[in-house]
Amino acid sequence: MSEARKHILSNIRRGLQRGLLADLSRVELEARLTHPPRNIIPARAQLPHPEQVALFIRMAESALATLDRIASLAEAPAAVAAFLERERLPMEIVMAPDPELAALPWAAQTALHIECRAARDGDKTSVTPAFAGIAETGTLMMLSGPHHPTTLNFLPDTHIVALRADRIVGVYEEGWDLLRAQSSKMPRTVNYITGPSRSGDIEQTMQLGAHGPLRLHIVLADHE
Amino acid sequence: MPISTVANPQHFTRNASAALKDPTLQRALQNVKPGFRRKRAAAVAKLPEFDQLRAAGRDLKNHVLEHLDFYLERFEAKVNEQGGQVHWARDAAEANQIVLEICRAVNARRVTKGKSMISEEIGLNDFLTSHGIQPIETDLGEYIIQLRRERPSHIIAPAIHLNREQVADAFHAHHGPYGFTERRTEPRALMDEARQVLRRQFLSADVGITGANFCIAETGTTVIVTNEGNGDLTQTLPRVHIALTSIEKVVPTLEDVSTFIRLLSRSATGQEISVYTTFSSGPRRANDLDGPEQFHVVLLDNGRSGMMGGEFQDMLRCIRCAACINHCPVYGAIGGHAYGWVYPGPMGAVLTPHLIGVEAAGHLPNASTFCGRCEEVCPVHIPLPKMMRHWREREFERHLSPAATRFGLGVWAFFAKRPKLYRIAANLGAWVLRRLSGRDGRIKNLALAKGWTVWRDLPAPQGRTFQQQWAARRRAQS
Ligand code: SF4
Repeated sequence: MSEARKHILSNIRRGLQRGLLADLSRVELEARLTHPPRNIIPARAQLPHPEQVALFIRMAESALATLDRIASLAEAPAAVAAFLERERLPMEIVMAPDPELAALPWAAQTALHIECRAARDGDKTSVTPAFAGIAETGTLMMLSGPHHPTTLNFLPDTHIVALRADRIVGVYEEGWDLLRAQSSKMPRTVNYITGPSRSGDIEQTMQLGAHGPLRLHIVLADHE
Repeated sequence: MPISTVANPQHFTRNASAALKDPTLQRALQNVKPGFRRKRAAAVAKLPEFDQLRAAGRDLKNHVLEHLDFYLERFEAKVNEQGGQVHWARDAAEANQIVLEICRAVNARRVTKGKSMISEEIGLNDFLTSHGIQPIETDLGEYIIQLRRERPSHIIAPAIHLNREQVADAFHAHHGPYGFTERRTEPRALMDEARQVLRRQFLSADVGITGANFCIAETGTTVIVTNEGNGDLTQTLPRVHIALTSIEKVVPTLEDVSTFIRLLSRSATGQEISVYTTFSSGPRRANDLDGPEQFHVVLLDNGRSGMMGGEFQDMLRCIRCAACINHCPVYGAIGGHAYGWVYPGPMGAVLTPHLIGVEAAGHLPNASTFCGRCEEVCPVHIPLPKMMRHWREREFERHLSPAATRFGLGVWAFFAKRPKLYRIAANLGAWVLRRLSGRDGRIKNLALAKGWTVWRDLPAPQGRTFQQQWAARRRAQS
């Protein structure tokens, strides 16, 4: 369909009353893409880090996520087990095959059955790390990759996310900066997740758990 | 019964008066105001920078349109770089054919679909069905109306015209084969039923089709925004992901898309952000445990490039948030089906004549009281009332207007040239309309049911907007 492509592009240029872009403007546009300027940044998240963490918690909870705060990530396995018990959920989780997660003391949770893999139909609860937390809206930023299958974010009924407080940033732009610092390429999928799945399509009344998880639980560790 | 889906002036008038007399629809439409309007106002009040963001959004979109060829080519190059493929489609027929060929290449029999207005625009479901491929809508609202063989009546709340009893009927009629034999009416139960039925579809689909709210040129990424998570299951589980989108959806960078994300959900549902915002770049990577093996983007033109450089170019800034629809008194009175095509409300009145032709849809811009609310809430400052007036003038010049409209405009022109009389007539009209409208200020009955009398050209009963229109008219004449 390269004919369609040619047709559409030349139609656009005709509308703009010009031919190909002049080299000079091309250089400017390239520069803008290589060094993307920030636009308006909301003041609400431009805070000292502890207050960004507090804002993240507030926003995530107002989006109906639940949250437990723990001192260090090492306490995450116990916090996960306690959450499952409290919510009367089966003591079985599917976990992202993430090295940092795997290094935590899961063995101490003897009642907990753990499988590390992508999600399958029928999985009840997943546990994944998050790449970052974004304070301005209480949003989790998740990257896909060999250690982070995307299905874990969507198929199970309950999604538990382990997040370190030092991964919380103020605004979306800072999340992208973190990603750019780590890799020059986008992963296949980046998910922003803010609260559990929901729909208002029946009489405009909100129901949780439309197709994605019914519950989104964040285990937030103050330290590593 | 589904309302006629063929857009033409006769049907619009008939549909509008039928809609006004439909008590079920009228009850459903009561949800628009407390739902969308109040939530938007609350969300906007919580973000002091909202107006600055709107100005930035407008300027960014204008920048993109001025360099649309450059950004589209860059987007395509980046998609290719990551192993994806971009397909250009001049019109609906080409877009349908592209999708069909991708499906055929993998012997697809079942296709799941996230919500996509482009899919509605090109009539993809009917096309695929007629070629032996079963399309399944997975957005709950879209799914409901697919079962009922209806068109969406709203661009972000497609089943807003229905109540739970109607949903219960639709599920009861179709879910027997899945083991749901009991008719249930509780929204929770209905939700769970749909969740279970659609799970099987997600898992057995060969191809997943989503829309894309944005295409990022910097990274070759498509972006979808949902609350249900259906779009993510649609695009993650099958072997092939097709993102169906249109040429004006390209934005330069991740920073720029951040600005639009801040505008979109607040304007649409009054959320700070939707539950899921998903950025997709190419197919799954080596060693990934899940994700599609193929990634295709279909870029539809369908009349949009023809809007470049003209008086309607600003319409291409639209981010499909539906704020103009939610705040439109005409939409609030008659709902979306009366507009007769895919895009209702003010944005639809401006866009539809471009997409299906002025002969078929040139009447739609008459469905306005010119109250100006749409422009006030539009997150990218699209001058919708001005554009509707452009269309009306064009249609009038072309003498495509039905006789009654020409008469109406003639009367209007007579008054418009005589300021004093105009003011008196307008005030009288406003007074009449106010008397006819309910407590919520919507004009429900006579004015519409009587087939859009001469008064429909007069401003809604709000003095301010009359002044605006009057001032604009004077400028135009001087
Ligand atoms: S015209 Fe403006 S308000 Fe209406 S849908 Fe488009 S962006 Fe939203």
